[in-house]
Amino acid sequence: MRRTNIQLDKNNNLRHFLSVEGLNRQILTDILDTAESFSSIGSQQVKKVPLLRGKTIANLFFEASTRTRTTFELAAKRLSADVLNISISTSATVKGESLLDMLRNLESMHCDMFVVRHGESGAAHFIATHVAPHVSVINAGDGCHAHPTQAMLDMFTIRQHKGGFADLRVAIVGDIKHSRVARSQIHALTTLGVTEVRVIAPKTLVPREVQSLGVHVFHDMEQGLRDVDVVIMLRLQNERMKGAYLPSAHEYYQLYGLTTEKLGYAKPDAIVMHPGPINRGVEIDSLVADGPQSVILDQVTNGIAVRMAVMSMTLGRSATQGSVKREATKAGPKAGKEAQ
Amino acid sequence: MNIQIKNGRLIDPANAVDEVTDLYIQDNKVAALARAPAGFQADLVIDAENSIVCPGLVDIRARLREPGHEHKGTIESETQAAAHGGVTTLCTPPDTDPIIDTPAVVDLIQHRVLKAGKCNVVNLGALTVGLEGHQLSEIARLKQAGCVGITNSYNYISDAKVMRLAMEYVASLDMTLFLHAQDQSLVAQGCAHEGEISTRLGLEGISESAETIAVSRDLILIEQTGVRAHFCQLSTANAVKMIARAQHDGLPVTADVAIHHLHLTDMDIGYFNSQCHVSPPLRSRRDLEGLRSSVCNGAVTTICSDHQPHDVDAKLAPFAQTEPGISSIETLLPLSLRLVEETGLSLSGLIAKLSCEPAKVLGIDAGTLGVGSQADVCIFDPESYWTVSEQNFQSQGKNSPFIGWELKGRVTHTILGGELVYQLN
Repeated sequence: MRRTNIQLDKNNNLRHFLSVEGLNRQILTDILDTAESFSSIGSQQVKKVPLLRGKTIANLFFEASTRTRTTFELAAKRLSADVLNISISTSATVKGESLLDMLRNLESMHCDMFVVRHGESGAAHFIATHVAPHVSVINAGDGCHAHPTQAMLDMFTIRQHKGGFADLRVAIVGDIKHSRVARSQIHALTTLGVTEVRVIAPKTLVPREVQSLGVHVFHDMEQGLRDVDVVIMLRLQNERMKGAYLPSAHEYYQLYGLTTEKLGYAKPDAIVMHPGPINRGVEIDSLVADGPQSVILDQVTNGIAVRMAVMSMTLGRSATQGSVKREATKAGPKAGKEAQ
Repeated sequence: MNIQIKNGRLIDPANAVDEVTDLYIQDNKVAALARAPAGFQADLVIDAENSIVCPGLVDIRARLREPGHEHKGTIESETQAAAHGGVTTLCTPPDTDPIIDTPAVVDLIQHRVLKAGKCNVVNLGALTVGLEGHQLSEIARLKQAGCVGITNSYNYISDAKVMRLAMEYVASLDMTLFLHAQDQSLVAQGCAHEGEISTRLGLEGISESAETIAVSRDLILIEQTGVRAHFCQLSTANAVKMIARAQHDGLPVTADVAIHHLHLTDMDIGYFNSQCHVSPPLRSRRDLEGLRSSVCNGAVTTICSDHQPHDVDAKLAPFAQTEPGISSIETLLPLSLRLVEETGLSLSGLIAKLSCEPAKVLGIDAGTLGVGSQADVCIFDPESYWTVSEQNFQSQGKNSPFIGWELKGRVTHTILGGELVYQLN
């Protein structure tokens, strides 16, 4: 039975990054700290550090993605790695090549890391259990299971704006049931020790026994948003509006769309987040998305630093994590200060 | 071959025998207990001291994969595995390729089974043509060809009118209808029990109601049509309660559970262990306890392996894309023996659920060691420990979540119709 945490090597360093679940607060904090030291690189003239020079990273995207793939690519390039972008349409796998055969082929091309997005829950775990020992796997989203780098960039953004986690109440609004982002956020928030995590959605979009993840469930925005410090809106997929999950986008917006009025239930200094892409007028009003409390674009920017951190920590394990941080700080001396 | 099995503890629940005694086999039949028949000359003497001698096991559901899926298993390999597991009679569902919806397929299978000569095999015929749920198969002809029952296997008939008519027709032929009660509209793309684990792993859940709704509809139709029905592989505590109530009300229904549902829960999926992908899914601890107690109190009379050998590739994919099922016929007995230690079930009561009770459901003459009955015998050492590994599977399918488990109880001899078909080296 595979009961051990395959994400960690025998020295408890990060070997793969597959899900937030199973990682302790120290590792999550290390990721955030390392990301912070990388965060100023983007604004420098030379946007590169040589941490992963000579390494080859393959971005395997079995599902369409713009932001996630681009920020992974940028992150890898800023770490001086060589990047292969492989978009695998579902039709290619229907041709008969199994996922495993595809991996074996890429391994024989001496790739050092796979960044994987896949439509099936558990795909990244599956790949990680079958790769060669020197290969690291980063989960860029698997089915409804996990999207850990998104969750960590959200944590980074929260820390940037709120200074810490201890006293925060966070509400996640929308399709929790089908959201890998929400699952990873919930694990990250509870591990980092926020006061309360709430999920707000109609029952049709809340998975069974979600309370077991340590959240409180609300079906009403006014009650759910009361005294909240952080509001995270989730994207509502179009297909949810067709079946019996919801009657219409219009009614969903009326009940759960984040308007200025509904945001008023939260604390006055609450921040508004969204993993994107935004459905304006479905889950969020433009006035809120572009308003002063929105930190949505910060999330995108922070995505690069967080992904650099995760890549360097997993692939640069031979170097100690301290040296990763030193190297990063050398490249961006103002890193720590700018993040404040 | 004349065989004397001496000094063993003979447990034959069908005849209420449980004592240390000798068993004599002559002309493929059980010739006598305790004292040799006149003029008996043993060709083979098996010393079964400290071992249990019981009827060869009857497994009410095991897939051989042949015809059609020989890359997963063959009649030869899987009947050999059955002998290794102490099983002397098994019943196959009709979901082969071609499907058992014509007598010709029955003949083909029986011909190859005889050639292999390792295990008796009986077949269930397909209720509808191609198991598609629309047109009834020629059920009477399937019965004439030897099918012991009829089923639509995993293909749940969602059209209640078709189901009602099918039940009426099967009832007129005095056959038993085997039901997999899983409402497909609720199962949908689900692959794991809907609960904490499916929520955590982001796997599409299968609610308990997928089973209880189907069972309750079918019970109503059974009451209306009077068909004799057997519910296969129930997985939820509430469903077996419904069966118990129906039995109490006098409905002609029986039920079985698969051995893995008595030992594993959805927790065992861990991080996407595809060996734990089964259909119906592994349920909660509460369900496991409910199933165990109905095995003990008698609502569920039969335990089966639900043997489903797979090729390696079938389990090598992200969880939901893997094929459900466990290669389980060789672990059926030792896992069942655990129930004696872990629940209040007696050894004799357990053996009944693996021999005469399933034989009764199938309406066949098996699972007994009464004098004159066919000499199908299983001898096992109840104290022998062994570790489950791919190497000690004779099945072509090595897919088992029990690999690495240390189990107690090991088959030492299997005798089929008076012939030794397996012996532990």
